[in-house]
Formats: sequence, structure tokens, C-alpha cells
Amino acid sequence: MTGGSTTGDDGSRPVAAAPAVPSAPAAAWPLWEVFVRSSRGLSHVHAGSLHAPDADMAVRNARDLYTRRNEGVSLWVVPASAIIASDPDSKGRFFESPQGKDYRHATYYTASEGVKHL
Amino acid sequence: MNSDSATRITPGNALRPEDIAAAGTRADPDVAAYALRLGDDALILAQRLGWWISRAPELEEDVALGNIALDLMGHARSFLTYAGSADGRSEDDLAYWRKETEFRSAHLVEQPNGDFARTIARQLAVSYYSFELYSALQRSADPTLAAIAAKAVKEVDYHRDHSAQWVLRLGLGTDESRRRMIRALDLTWPYVGELFDDDELVVSLDGSAVLPSSLKPAFDSGIAAVLRDAELELPAVQPAPGGGRQGRHSEHLGYLLAEMQVLAREHPGASW
Repeated sequence: MTGGSTTGDDGSRPVAAAPAVPSAPAAAWPLWEVFVRSSRGLSHVHAGSLHAPDADMAVRNARDLYTRRNEGVSLWVVPASAIIASDPDSKGRFFESPQGKDYRHATYYTASEGVKHL
Repeated sequence: MNSDSATRITPGNALRPEDIAAAGTRADPDVAAYALRLGDDALILAQRLGWWISRAPELEEDVALGNIALDLMGHARSFLTYAGSADGRSEDDLAYWRKETEFRSAHLVEQPNGDFARTIARQLAVSYYSFELYSALQRSADPTLAAIAAKAVKEVDYHRDHSAQWVLRLGLGTDESRRRMIRALDLTWPYVGELFDDDELVVSLDGSAVLPSSLKPAFDSGIAAVLRDAELELPAVQPAPGGGRQGRHSEHLGYLLAEMQVLAREHPGASW
């Protein structure tokens, strides 16, 4: 997220956002992916992502954003840059259904006559 | 603690202000005056932090400051409910229908938010102070005060961690963040001394209240550890004149109350 005046106020009155300050993506916090295991859950499930300056803050932010500080949960945070994803463009080849490829299964083949102990 | 007390603490059954009201315990007038101070500190700081919602430097920080504000609002509601039980006033009566001179909060909590660093400096002081206060107050002879403190101390421990993490990052961050953090400590620390003043009321409540001066050593060493890690020093500043506990406030509280109370006063009896 960018925006939001950090220069503050002199009381409780809002201050107009400083005009025409370009957001600086170069200085933006890195993105982290968050995995949560709920108190009765068996595995960590991807819950979402967040920005944080470092891993310690990422865990804290994840607790606020994704667990509401409930008891008995486990959190993993991973820098988004550490995750290697499959290529969505190769979906057709990569994830092609095994249907019609019966030869991949042992039941496709018939045992030759005379073969014992099969 | 009495096991059938409405203010007992069990896992998943944390104390709520409604429980305090339903218990029907009437606070002793002096205990009520003490609870009012604690409630006002939490209420005014919650109102201050609420300003940040939608304005924090990052979305994640927006949520964190909002969470802390809501925790403090919960503490305020419990203390004010108990304080009001002495003379039949509700938490809303106390929050929305008192004048500035009737508020008993310390000057520190009414200080302007300033920039993010200034808010963090104020939060650092308040959360470290509150953690020591509630840790000790859990052993209060007054079971309701002890129960409120037992709930609050866990939340304040998180607030302490949040502010300490930010002091580290701002202090060790860019030249600009460090400059702002140093300035924030300069602006904040004159108001810290008032937190530790012992007066007649707290002295007379020996056993029920916590003597503020007794919290100073642990507070000092906790703050010193954070600042050492952040390579910062406490500023040598003159303490500002206090007076919040007597209802003498700085120029900031009137504006804060006007905004906080306007809806309740425009529409008396409205609920939302």
C-alpha cells in the first residue's frame, strides 16, 4: 500500500494529503505470502499476502491480519520472491488430464499367457 | 478468587464490561476514582489512535494501530463501567457526558499524534508503563481491578512488542526515520514523568491501587533496553507540568473531547 500522510497533524484534525508526491515503489516493503494452520487444522493453508519490512514484522502483521490473534494457530511467512510458481501459460501441457492415457496404469496391460505368479 | 465471581478469568471467557455491570458490584468511591484514571488514560489514547485508521503509513500498520485502539477501548470500557458503579453512572455517561475538567487522564495520552514516529514514542511510553501497572494490579486486593488488569496485561504485552519493534526500525532505519524518532522522543518524554506521581488517592488505596512510583525502575530498564538496541538515547528534557489527575489538561484535550462526544451529545440516548 502507498499513500497516507505520515507527516501527521497538530491535533485530531485530519491533514490533507501532501499533493503530487509520487509514490516510490522502489522503497515499498517487500511482499510476503502467509500460510496459517488453525487450531484444529491439519495443515498450513495459504491465507493471503501482506507487505512488511522484514520477517519479524511480517509474522506480527500476519497475526493481526489473518488470525485475529486467536490461540493455537501456527503461521508461516515466506518472501513472495522465494516462491517458484508453475507457468500458467503451459497449463494445457503441464496439467493435462490423465484421461485417455490408460497406458499409464498397470491395469491397461494384460498378462501374457503362461506368466506365473502375477 | 471466588470461583462464581462474574469477573473470573478462564480461557475463552475473558472479562467483558457487561460482566462487570451484571455482577452488580459497587465500587468504593476511592477505588472508583482510581478506576476512572485508568479508564480515562485508555479511552483518550484509544481516541487518539483511532485517528490513524485509513491514514497509517501502510495498510498493515493501519490494522495494527486499529487493533491496539480497540484493545484500549476495551480496557477503558471495563474501568469506566466499574468506576461508574459507585454512583450509578454508565460507561457512556462517563465517556460522553463529562467535561474536560472532569477527565483524569495523564497529559501524555492526549498529546497529538504528530508523525508516525511521535505516535510510536507515545505508544512506547504508555505500553511499557501499562504493562508494569497491570502486572502489579493483577494482585490488587480489589477483585474487579485485578480481573480487568489480568485481561489487559496480555494485550498490553503485545502493544509493547509492537512499539519496541517500530522504535528499532525507525531508529536504525534511514537518516530521516532516525531523525524523526529522536525528535519524537524529545517531544514525548516531558510528559512521561506525570505517570509516576504518587498522590493522596493512590497512597490511601494501599493494596488496591498500584503506587505509580514503584513502577519506575522496571519501566526505566525496559525502555533503556529498547533504546539501546535502537542506538538511541533518552533525551534530557525538562518535565512538563502535569495536572491531568486533577483535571487540569493541556490545550489538546478540549478538541479531542469535542470530536469524541459530539454524536452522543447531538443525539442523546442514541445507540449504535
